[in-house]
Amino acid sequence: MNGVHDLGGMHGMGPIEIERSEPVFHERWEGRIFALNRAVGAWARWNLDASRHSRELIPPAEYLRMSYYERFLAGLIELIVQHGLASRAEIESGLPAPGSLKPVPALMANGVATFVAAGAPASRDLPVRPRFRAGERVRARNIHPATHTRLPRYARGRIGAIERDHGVFVFPDTNAHLRGEKAQHVYSVCFAARELWGSRAPEKDRVYVDLWDDHLEPA
Amino acid sequence: MTSRESAHRHQTVPSDPALRVKALESLLVEKGLVDPAALDALIDTYEHRIGPRNGARVVARAWCDPQFRQRLLSDATAAIAEMGFGGLQGEHMVVVENSATVHNLVVCTLCSCYPWPVLGLPPIWYKSAAYRSRAVIDPRGVLREFGLALPEEVEIRVWDSTAELRYVVLPERPRGTDGMSEEALAALVTRDAMVGTAKVAAGEAPGPS
Repeated sequence: MNGVHDLGGMHGMGPIEIERSEPVFHERWEGRIFALNRAVGAWARWNLDASRHSRELIPPAEYLRMSYYERFLAGLIELIVQHGLASRAEIESGLPAPGSLKPVPALMANGVATFVAAGAPASRDLPVRPRFRAGERVRARNIHPATHTRLPRYARGRIGAIERDHGVFVFPDTNAHLRGEKAQHVYSVCFAARELWGSRAPEKDRVYVDLWDDHLEPA
Repeated sequence: MTSRESAHRHQTVPSDPALRVKALESLLVEKGLVDPAALDALIDTYEHRIGPRNGARVVARAWCDPQFRQRLLSDATAAIAEMGFGGLQGEHMVVVENSATVHNLVVCTLCSCYPWPVLGLPPIWYKSAAYRSRAVIDPRGVLREFGLALPEEVEIRVWDSTAELRYVVLPERPRGTDGMSEEALAALVTRDAMVGTAKVAAGEAPGPS
């Protein structure tokens, strides 16, 4: 979707505010919502791509006003309701509906170390053929899906070269909508800064974007 | 009611997220969906166990051990796993190396992807609209804001983390550090140097962890 989350190349977002000796969490609730996202995500009713998309759906003015962890809260509430883990009425009242209790949480404290160490690899060991080879010239497709995509607007229609084939990965553009993993090759695609931003960009500078086969066409 | 108050009434999340999060946690715990001790353990992990000192150790080892450096550049996930680091948001790692002629900078323009196992959770500036918007269109301007002015002849490579690859910069080893131990070298390596918004200086006190 052409959302405000797709920030690459925008102007007017102000100076970068650098905080010295920044704590990991500034307030207690930030840590709690960070951890809640992981612990509720462990029920596997949705995936990481769906989780990202839930935050992209926050209306633009709200998205820019909110802090990172406020977006986590808004996104998690939508996912919980959408996937039936709790109803909006329960969230608003704070009272569980009768008969809705689970016997054991998906992630228990003694499982956290393993959960963190194992991660959730997005690569897939599948015999999918790459459509492109390292060094090949490609064009990022000029597409504007209203759904989730990891092809940023600034790269669309631009010509680059395949820098490296990273192997076969889940395709977020379908996976975010639980419409299948559609596993395919991911490449680092190298774009000259001048190709992206015009002739006034420094000649030598490059931007590398990780893109999937479905985002690319031969150039 | 002023328009500002009216806007507050209709926003998705009320202005006090602390209360909303507390209420949500209570509900989810009561429903048996969440173990509060698991939340404590997750928070403890990222506040105390996983952070940029991990990445600094990887960098220092690469400076001291040419074979490790080679493995790090060809298969970063495996090389970093040798040191016991990996897992969530570091399942697929890539290390990019700075030199006298190339400077690398890491960003995630679409959200805030960041290599957690080696750098911990990202600082606010990395997640800000200001950084995410400008790192790709004006990396030299961004670096100047961090106090790093690079000559025109240095090639800047910006890595936009649009997939599940997580990027870490291997900074240049500073001059005058020849006799230093790996441990002493690690103490010089800052988080920002591994994102690419700083260089490593010899004798510099570690920056914000």
